[in-house]
Amino acid sequence: MRLPGFLIVLGAALALAAPALADIVVNVDQGASQPLPIAIPAFGGAPVGARISAVISADLQRSELFRPLDPGTFQEQITNANLQPSFDKWKAISAQALLTGQVVADADGRLRVDFRLWDVYAGDQLLGLQFTSTPENWRRVAHKVADAVYEKLTGAPGYFDTRIAFVAESGSKAHPVRRLEIMDQDGANPSYLTDGSALAFTPRFSANSQEVTYMSLRPTGSNVYLLNIETGRQETLGHFPGMVFAPRFSPDGSRVAFSAEKDGNSDIYVMDLASRSNRRLTADPAIDTSPSFSPDGRQIVFNSDRGGSPQLYVMSADGGDVHRISFGAGRYTTPVWSPDGKWIAFTKQEGSVFHIGVMKPDGSGEKLLTASYLDEGPAWAPNSRVIIYSHQAPGAGAHLYMVDVSGREPQPAPYPLNASDPAWSALLP
Amino acid sequence: MRPGGNIGLRRAARLGLLALLAAGMVACSSRPKPLGPVAPTPPPPPAPYQTSPAPGPGAVEEGQSAPVPGSVRDFVVNVGDRVYFDFDRFNLRDDARPILDAQAAWLTRYPTVRVRIEGNCDERGTREYNFALGARRAATVKAYLASRGVAASRIDTVSFGKEHPIDMGSGDEADQHNRNAHTALTEGAS
Repeated sequence: MRLPGFLIVLGAALALAAPALADIVVNVDQGASQPLPIAIPAFGGAPVGARISAVISADLQRSELFRPLDPGTFQEQITNANLQPSFDKWKAISAQALLTGQVVADADGRLRVDFRLWDVYAGDQLLGLQFTSTPENWRRVAHKVADAVYEKLTGAPGYFDTRIAFVAESGSKAHPVRRLEIMDQDGANPSYLTDGSALAFTPRFSANSQEVTYMSLRPTGSNVYLLNIETGRQETLGHFPGMVFAPRFSPDGSRVAFSAEKDGNSDIYVMDLASRSNRRLTADPAIDTSPSFSPDGRQIVFNSDRGGSPQLYVMSADGGDVHRISFGAGRYTTPVWSPDGKWIAFTKQEGSVFHIGVMKPDGSGEKLLTASYLDEGPAWAPNSRVIIYSHQAPGAGAHLYMVDVSGREPQPAPYPLNASDPAWSALLP
Repeated sequence: MRPGGNIGLRRAARLGLLALLAAGMVACSSRPKPLGPVAPTPPPPPAPYQTSPAPGPGAVEEGQSAPVPGSVRDFVVNVGDRVYFDFDRFNLRDDARPILDAQAAWLTRYPTVRVRIEGNCDERGTREYNFALGARRAATVKAYLASRGVAASRIDTVSFGKEHPIDMGSGDEADQHNRNAHTALTEGAS
């Protein structure tokens, strides 16, 4: 599924009123603020119109920043995106924002979605846009509308037109099956990427989200692969004398950082994919693993127990200037740099409790977002606002959860089965 | 149980409630007496854990009599195929050395046998770190066996991290069982 050729038309034809500055704003930095009440009546154009507005509503609801109102309370049916709503009727149900839309098939059979976002109390149009796509991509159109609404009302880019790769966990503890799987961010269109003949772990997307690199484990040893999601073709990163694991692409996709082990000592290497040459970045007798590049590609945050317990360190991408950034009580692992460069997410183990948390790249501003028996493996949504991770209760299997970095209640991700090691794609083209 | 940032708060609230209940009960009976300091719970003694051998030639069958010398079952029953580690450690404990000494002696007696040391971890750690930790445990055992005269070329190592637990429970006892290095006989045993 690639490049359906979306057209985004900043609607001159749609502009009933000039787009106003948003009076209503969702403050994404205040965890305690109430989600914004938004009314999303079913889009016109049966039956796909209603399906599209339902997907938009579910996306916004799951973000926890919006509270889509119950359509049963609506006092106006509006399925024409070119009509001005009766704002009083939407004020009456305390809707602050209103999203109206309609779907039409254009002359060459393509789907066209027109929509407008309204500030109910100001009586202004905030947004009037049009998306065009092939009919089978209607869900992606819905996600793009949700992204536009999210961005307009929060000021942060959306993250709904994305995919999530992860490890689907089945079998038993004694005979585990671990397959890579990929799905849309809202759980739709799941499909397996590996056949389960070997255990597969830690999928990580390339910059264009067309490839994942992951670790494969068999009784005889491990391997790191580069897997093309569309073609299913994969190749190994190479052969190493010991364990090889924890791969991650550089932001430009030209390199993969990973850990390789020899005689029990794990160090971090980086491979240039064009020349296939390796460079060793750490040479410490301690455990060095879980490398993650800064978005400019110039630094790497990683996990090391060189100080006596697992902590987070930052080094330059050539291995120089190593310095420790985590100093709190507890054990820090799985650091991941946020796409905007401002945060590093991590797993923290303190006593018997595991947390997902974030800190700034200099180690300041630590904030814990979750607490449970076992939370691990955070991954960032491309807007650097939402984190997906795996959560496990004692004696139970792992499940995927999402949490907003402003510190809201974690929510189960839309995948009902056991899963771990989530990775979040970039916004799709 | 749902994860959440306010779990600590909920727990605190629950504890507070328990404290109130306890205070109420005490008020009904007699004046409270201060308790002495709480002694730390002693760590559980290293428990030998009966595991099934790796499937393969000579695997245990129910009701079988004495193991055939040189077989996988002989190794598992009479020598011991697993040694255990402390939390986040990879140094050999005192209870591991006699087992590894016996493994080395057995492997010296059967020089065509090849082994694979599989390092394992409990689930109280993250996945990638545990692959590294399990590799250290496997390498420690390999180095010890080599120091006792087993040719290093006969010994492969792998780390299973926390992905192949032998104890399916959760809690301290299961965690202890799952922190181990398993010596699997891969070639040459009957």
